[in-house]
Amino acid sequence: MSEAAVAEKVKEPKEPLFSKKNRALISNPLDDDNPITVQVLGICSALAITVQLKQAVVMSVSVLFVMAAGNVIVSLMRNLIPNRIRIIVQLVIVAALVILVDQVLKAYVYDVSKALSVFVGLIITNCIIMGRLEAFALANKPWPAFLDGIGNAFAYGGILVIVSFVRELFGSGKIWGFSVLGEKVGALLADGTLATEATGLYAMGYVDNGLMILPPMALITVGALIWIQRARNPKLIEA
Amino acid sequence: MAVDVNSNKYTFIFAAGMVIVVATVLAIASEFLKPMQKENVANEKCQNILSSIGIEAEAADAASAYEENLVKALVLDANGQVVSEPKFGAFNINILKDYKAGLSTIYKANSDDMEAMKTALLAFGDGGVNYPMFILSKAGEDVYVVPMVGTGLWGPVWGYVTVAGDGKTVVGAVFDHKSETPGLGAEINQASFQKPFEGKTIFDESGEFTGIKVTKGGAKGSNHAVDAISGGTITSNGVTEMIYRTLKIYEPYFRELQAETETTEVVQLSLGSATLALNVEQIVDGIELSAE
Repeated sequence: MSEAAVAEKVKEPKEPLFSKKNRALISNPLDDDNPITVQVLGICSALAITVQLKQAVVMSVSVLFVMAAGNVIVSLMRNLIPNRIRIIVQLVIVAALVILVDQVLKAYVYDVSKALSVFVGLIITNCIIMGRLEAFALANKPWPAFLDGIGNAFAYGGILVIVSFVRELFGSGKIWGFSVLGEKVGALLADGTLATEATGLYAMGYVDNGLMILPPMALITVGALIWIQRARNPKLIEA
Repeated sequence: MAVDVNSNKYTFIFAAGMVIVVATVLAIASEFLKPMQKENVANEKCQNILSSIGIEAEAADAASAYEENLVKALVLDANGQVVSEPKFGAFNINILKDYKAGLSTIYKANSDDMEAMKTALLAFGDGGVNYPMFILSKAGEDVYVVPMVGTGLWGPVWGYVTVAGDGKTVVGAVFDHKSETPGLGAEINQASFQKPFEGKTIFDESGEFTGIKVTKGGAKGSNHAVDAISGGTITSNGVTEMIYRTLKIYEPYFRELQAETETTEVVQLSLGSATLALNVEQIVDGIELSAE
C-alpha cells in the first residue's frame, strides 16, 4: 500500500497539486486513519464479500469510482446543499451514481454487471462513502475531496484484498479462483471432468478450514489486522 | 451568497429540483440503454439453454446457435399438457416474473397438496400458468430443456435442467442466482456443482417421481442426489425444492416420453423374438431333414 504514497511523492516537484497536505489525504487513510481498522467503518461489506479475492477486487474498484465521483460532486455542491437535508442529498447522489453505473454496465459489460449484482446495494449502504462525504467533501474543495475519496477507497480495498486473500486461501484452497493447494475429490479439472482423487496437499490429508468461509472469520481476520497495525504504529496505541 | 441556503423555501426547492434532475437523468439512461440490456438478457438465456445441453457459446452468437439447435419450443399448462395456442411464445415467457407475481405464494401454500396446487395454478392470471419447454437436438437426439425458478437464501435462484429422450435421465443442468452469498450459495453457478447432475435420474426404479436432491455429503451412490455446497444449506434446499416442484409439473409429459421409448423397446423385442422363432424353425427343419 505504501507504493501508492511513494509514487505520489515522486510526482511532487512538477505537480503542485500534490502538496504535503494533499498527499496526506491519500496516505493517512492507508495507515493512521484507516477507515476499516481504525475508524471501524464499512465492516458490514468487509464481512459479506471477502470470501473470494475476485469479488473483493470488483467491490473495491466500484467503491473507488463511487467514492471519488461522489466526493467531487458533493464538494462542488457544498455551498448549495441545505444543511438540514444534507444527509438525504448525499444519499441520493450516491444512489444515483451507483444505479447509473449499474445500468451502463448491464448494457455494455454484462458479465461484469452480473459479478457486481450483489454489491450494488452494498455500495450504497457502505458507511465509508457516507462518512467521507459528510466529514470531508462537505467542507473541502473538489480536488482535496477527490484525493480523500481515492485514499479512503484504496485503504478500504487494501484491507478487503488482504482479508479475502486469507479467507480464500485457507477457506477454499484457491486464489482468484485457481486451486493452489492441489485438487480435491469432485473438483472440476481443466479438461472438464471431475477429479476422482485428491492431489497436492489434499492427498496428504490437508482439509480446508470451513470456518474461514463463514462471516465470523472475516471479523477475526480484521481483528488480527488491527492487532498487527496497532502493535507497529505507536500513534494508535491508546493510553 | 444572496440566497439563504438554510431557509425552508430554499430547502424545499432544492429537494424538489434534485429529485427531478436525478429522476430525469436515470430515466433517460434507462430508456436509452434498455434495448442493449434486453438483448444481453436474451443472449444469456440462449447461452444458459445451450449450456444445459453441453454447448458453450459466446454471448454474441448464442442466439444463432440456439436457433440452429432448436427442434421445437412448447408451452405446457399446469397439468403438463401441451397448450396448442399459447398467449406468448415459449421463449418469451418470463417465469421469474410469474414466480414473483404470485406463483411463489401458490407453491408455498400448497406444497403438500398437489391437486389443490394444480387447481390454483390453472386459475392463475388469465388462462392459467404457462410452462415453457425447449426441445433441442443434441448429437442427433432430442433433449428436453426445462427452465425453472425458485427461492435461495437472499433472492431468486433459477436454472435449466435438461432431460434425455427417455424422459428420466438428466443430460445437463445449469443454475444461476441473483444474490446468493459469494463462495457459499453462489457456487451453484459453478460447473463443479452442476456437472454431477449429469446422468442422474428423476424417477426411481419403481417409476416413482423423485426429483434430484441436493444433500449434504449424502449423494454417495444415489441416483437421485448430488452433493450440496458446504455453508450453502438454504440455497441447496432452495434448489432441491425448485427442481422437485418444477419437474413435478412436467411429470405427465415425461411419463408420456417414457411410455413412447418403452413401446419402441417392446416392438424391437418382439421383432427380435420373431427372428429367433424363425431361426428355431430353420433349426427344427434342419433336424427333421437330417432325421429323414
